[in-house]
Amino acid sequence: MSDKTMTADEVVSRLRSGMTLGIGGWGSRRKPMALVRALLRSGIDDLTVVSYGGPEVGMLAAAGRIRKLVTAFVTLDSVPLEPHYRAARERGDFELTEVDEGMFLWGLHAAANRLPFLPVRAGVGSDVMRVNPGLRTVASPYEDGETFVAMPALRTDAALVHVNRADRLGNGQCLGPDPYFDDLFCEAADTAYVSCERLVDTAELTKQAAPQSLLLKRLSVTGVVEAPNGAHFTSCAPDYGRDEEFQQQYTATPWPEFAERFLGADEEAYRSAVRAWRREREQ
Amino acid sequence: MSVTRGPLPPPTRAEYCVIACADAWRGAGEILASPMGLIPSLGARLARLTFAPDLLLTDGEALLVRPDGTPEGWLPYRQHLTLVAGGRRHVMMGASQIDRYGNQNISCIGDWTRPRRQLLGVRGAPLNTLNNPTSYWIPRHSRRVFVERVDMVCGVGYDRAAELGSTARFHRIPRVVSDLGVFDFATPDRSMRLASLHPGVGVEQVREATGFALAVPDEVPYTREPTAKELRLIREELDPGGARAREVPEGARG
Repeated sequence: MSDKTMTADEVVSRLRSGMTLGIGGWGSRRKPMALVRALLRSGIDDLTVVSYGGPEVGMLAAAGRIRKLVTAFVTLDSVPLEPHYRAARERGDFELTEVDEGMFLWGLHAAANRLPFLPVRAGVGSDVMRVNPGLRTVASPYEDGETFVAMPALRTDAALVHVNRADRLGNGQCLGPDPYFDDLFCEAADTAYVSCERLVDTAELTKQAAPQSLLLKRLSVTGVVEAPNGAHFTSCAPDYGRDEEFQQQYTATPWPEFAERFLGADEEAYRSAVRAWRREREQ
Repeated sequence: MSVTRGPLPPPTRAEYCVIACADAWRGAGEILASPMGLIPSLGARLARLTFAPDLLLTDGEALLVRPDGTPEGWLPYRQHLTLVAGGRRHVMMGASQIDRYGNQNISCIGDWTRPRRQLLGVRGAPLNTLNNPTSYWIPRHSRRVFVERVDMVCGVGYDRAAELGSTARFHRIPRVVSDLGVFDFATPDRSMRLASLHPGVGVEQVREATGFALAVPDEVPYTREPTAKELRLIREELDPGGARAREVPEGARG
C-alpha cells in the first residue's frame, strides 16, 4: 500500500491554473488553510472555487486567483461579512454561481454518486433561478408531477480538506462534532488532498475514538499532508477553537499588507509571523 | 426565610420582541426551532421552557441540546439540511430586505451582477421557504428593510409561491417580528398585515417606517404581555447580562 504523505508544496505542484477546486469546512470552520496558503504562494490562478465559503474565499478572491466562485455564502461566522470577499465581489472581480446551501449539498451528492444532477425542492421561486439562467428544472415522472430544480453535479478536479488525524494511507479522521461535507468534497473530486493536525499510525486512529470518526476513506484520498495548526485561524474542534483575535486582524488589514506580513515563504514562516504578531500584542 | 420580591419592572421593548418571537413556536410540537439572532434565540428557549416543551434546540453547531446545554442529539449541518427538506422545523431568519409578500433578501444590495453591497449570500433561504415554516426577525424596522421590491429574492414570498403550484405546498411564513410589532400574511392577497403593535408603538409610526402599503385592520391589538414567570426567565436565566437591550435598545424610538 502506498504512502501518500507529501508536503503542501507538493500538493500545489499537482494543481494547475484553470482547475475547479472544492474546499472543505464551513464558513470559518476547519478550513484547509495551510494548503490554501501554499496555493496563495504559488502562481496558480483562474480557479473555479466550490465552497461553503470562509476566509479562504476572501484570500483567494483578494489575491485575484478566482475566475468563478460557486457558493451559498461567504462568512467568517463571528464576523458575518467577509470584508475581502465583499470588496472583490463589489469590484466585480470574478464570476459568481450563487446557489442555496441545500442545492450545494445535493450538487455534491450528485457528483459523489456520478449522477448528472439530483432533484431538489429549493431554488424555484427565488432569484437563484434568475442569476443562474443555466439551471434547469425537472418534473417528477410520477403522479404528483411536482417540479424540482435539477441541481447539477458539483464535480471538481481537486478537493482540499483539513481533518484532525490521518494515517499515511489517506484514512482521515474527524474528531470534532461536525464532519461538514469533507468526505463528499473528496468523493466529488478527481483528486483529493487532505491536511491533518497529526499524522498517526492506522491502529492509533481507533484506539480512543469511535469508528464513525473515520470520515475519509483512503480510496478517495490522493495525498496527505501533516499540517499542525493547519486550519488556523479557523476553528478545528477539538484541537483548537477559532483564533478570533487573529481573525479580527485579518479583517482589519488590507490584503496586500496581510499577505506581505503573514504569508511568508512557507508555513513555518507563517507560524513565526503569527507568533511575532502575538508577542507584539501582548507587550 | 422567605424572600420578598419587589414588583417586577415593566417589560422592555426587547422583552416584548422576545415574547413575540417565542409565540412563533407556540403549538409547534416536536420539531426543531432554528432561531437566527439573539432575540429569536431567547424566544425559542423561552418557548421551550414554558409553553412548547417538546421543541428541539441546537447549540448553534452540531448538537441538539436541552435549555441547560445538556446534549440530547447530534445534528451536523448535512443532517440539518436534510431535516429542512423533511419539514420538521420552524426557522426564524433575518432579512436585509423584505417586501409585502414576504420575499426576503440577505444576498446583496443593488444589482446582483455588480452589487453595491455584498451581504451574506442566499444561504439556506430558498430551501427553507419551500420546505418548512419560515418566520423573520428584523431588529430595526425601517424603509430600508421593508421595501417595495427586494434586490435579490432569497426567501420566497407568497406571490411567487402562488405561481409554483405543488412545489410550494410546504411554503408558509407564519410571522414577521420587528422592534415595532408583529406582522402576518392573513389577507386575501397574502400581503403583509400588521398583526400587533408592541406597547408604546403607534400605527402611524409603523406605516412611516414601512416602504410599502401595509394592511392595517381597524382594530390592532397590542403584542401580549409577558407573564411574571416569563419575565423572570428572560431576566434571570436566559439573558442575565442584558444582551437583548443591545439588539433592541430601550427608548431609542417611540
